[in-house]
Amino acid sequence: MSLQAATLEAATRHRLRAWEALPWLAALGAFFLFPDYLAFGTQVLVMILFALSLDLVLGYAGIVTLGHAAFFGAGAYTVAMLAAHAGWNEPLSGLAAAALVAGLLGLASGWVLLRTHGLTLLMLTLCTMALLEQAANMFSGFTGGFDGMPGLAYRPILGLFEFDVLYFRTQYLYALAVLFACFIALRVLVHSSFGRSLTGIRENLLRMHAVGAPVRARQVLAYAVSAALAGVAGAVFAQATSYVNLAVLGLERAAGVLIILILGGYGRLYGAFVGALAYLLLEHTLSKAYPTAWQLGIGITLVLVALYARNGILGLVDALRRRWGAR
Amino acid sequence: MSAVLLETQGLSKRFGALEVARAIDFRLEAGARHALIGPNGAGKTTFVNLLTGVLAPTDGRVLLDGEDVTRLAPAKRVKRGIARTFQINQLFRGLPVLENVALAVAERLGAGGDMARPAGRRADVLAEAGRLVELLHLGADAGRRIDELPYGRQRLVEIAIALGLEPRLLLLDEPAAGIPSAESHIVLQAIAALPPDIAVLIIEHDMDLVFRFAERITVLVGGAIFAEGTRAEIAANREVRAVYLGTALDA
Repeated sequence: MSLQAATLEAATRHRLRAWEALPWLAALGAFFLFPDYLAFGTQVLVMILFALSLDLVLGYAGIVTLGHAAFFGAGAYTVAMLAAHAGWNEPLSGLAAAALVAGLLGLASGWVLLRTHGLTLLMLTLCTMALLEQAANMFSGFTGGFDGMPGLAYRPILGLFEFDVLYFRTQYLYALAVLFACFIALRVLVHSSFGRSLTGIRENLLRMHAVGAPVRARQVLAYAVSAALAGVAGAVFAQATSYVNLAVLGLERAAGVLIILILGGYGRLYGAFVGALAYLLLEHTLSKAYPTAWQLGIGITLVLVALYARNGILGLVDALRRRWGAR
Repeated sequence: MSAVLLETQGLSKRFGALEVARAIDFRLEAGARHALIGPNGAGKTTFVNLLTGVLAPTDGRVLLDGEDVTRLAPAKRVKRGIARTFQINQLFRGLPVLENVALAVAERLGAGGDMARPAGRRADVLAEAGRLVELLHLGADAGRRIDELPYGRQRLVEIAIALGLEPRLLLLDEPAAGIPSAESHIVLQAIAALPPDIAVLIIEHDMDLVFRFAERITVLVGGAIFAEGTRAEIAANREVRAVYLGTALDA
């Protein structure tokens, strides 16, 4: 490829492609086609947002974490506790509060943890999450402890749209709108010069230092932004289900979101969409068919992905397109 | 005599009992073309690491423009104008050549922290990166990923990245290592075409390249300066020939 072609590619990478409308059209279509599955759909949308937040640190900045549910849980507990103890149950300002709390938590823990990397970092992110989970368990007066906080009511969105307890219509569209707004912001971020420099950090830390980039500050900032987005995902989850318990902070959720990203493909944003849908559909159908052994199916799928599709489902699609294109 | 750009005073580094740099007093003038030679294990790369801040010295000082930068972090020294290439390639292996250089240029132009504007709209960054890619004769490879390039071509990307930082002092750690001899003239041309006000310190085993390029040569042996002088002086120095050049020329 000539210099001209390479320059053109670099100069136009951030532009919107026509196919990028597809997931949003599909999500809107699903609203009308599957009115009975909107609770499930809301779950998918929440997990897409959560996986997107992880993609920023894992896929772009190359920060390996196994404790991202800490921020999801922090967001969920923030809106739940504000509603339960302070009567603050306006949803949009709740989202902002959740983003702030989770973001600050990300900033503080990132500042300490990102001095390490690799396996040490992995263990420390896990420990941070476990600490939060234990704190939520111990201060049961505020958090409901092991039993969680049931039956929280939130005010109508913008004072207009009531949360829909039975059919999840409002929740679905609300989650979709929040996902869309966060996605646009994240898309701008990863295509910015800052986002490119994160990719540089992922590809070669030493070289990034040697070109004079403030590497650690960039990592911590990316970690905090990612934490804030995860917090928003957790907040939408808490508002939509009007229920929060310790599971929002647990290893199962943290591992689940990691699997989603690996399944869909990381470092490309849309992997989160494909991965969340595939994972939750798989979980949904398998747990219906084999209530006791459904996790075996997830495990086998993961093994297959690790062996034959290292870049996830979207990576597989790329490889197939290249093969057909080459013919 | 022009102004001193870089100076080290008694620069020393010990790893336990092992002394890898012994009280090195070294001066480099603005625009100098200087080579650092010595047998393997003489401490040449250690010296570069001390200058760039990757290693902290046990003793001594590093002065840039008369200012003490001994305790300055590597990234801050880059901003002051010290750039380097690595003996073993340190590149963004999964990214195209052009974007490898663009990342360096973006940092120099202060774009790297911009979280909103698309990187693709920084026409200034892309144009400058493109210019450097051409300068190193990498135009045809601009869109190829680093891990698809032969090693020799990758060495050129190292130099392009360092030039993208617009340094006042350029440290080249064996720039020709691994480049096929048919292509080493591209490296020499690129270095020869550098603006005359950039000081260049080159570590190189290729004596042909050293003697064609460097005006002054420092010989490092066992972590200490063994000899220093013009290329004619070094070439005529019997001790240097015995210690280093002799073996190299016989080979």
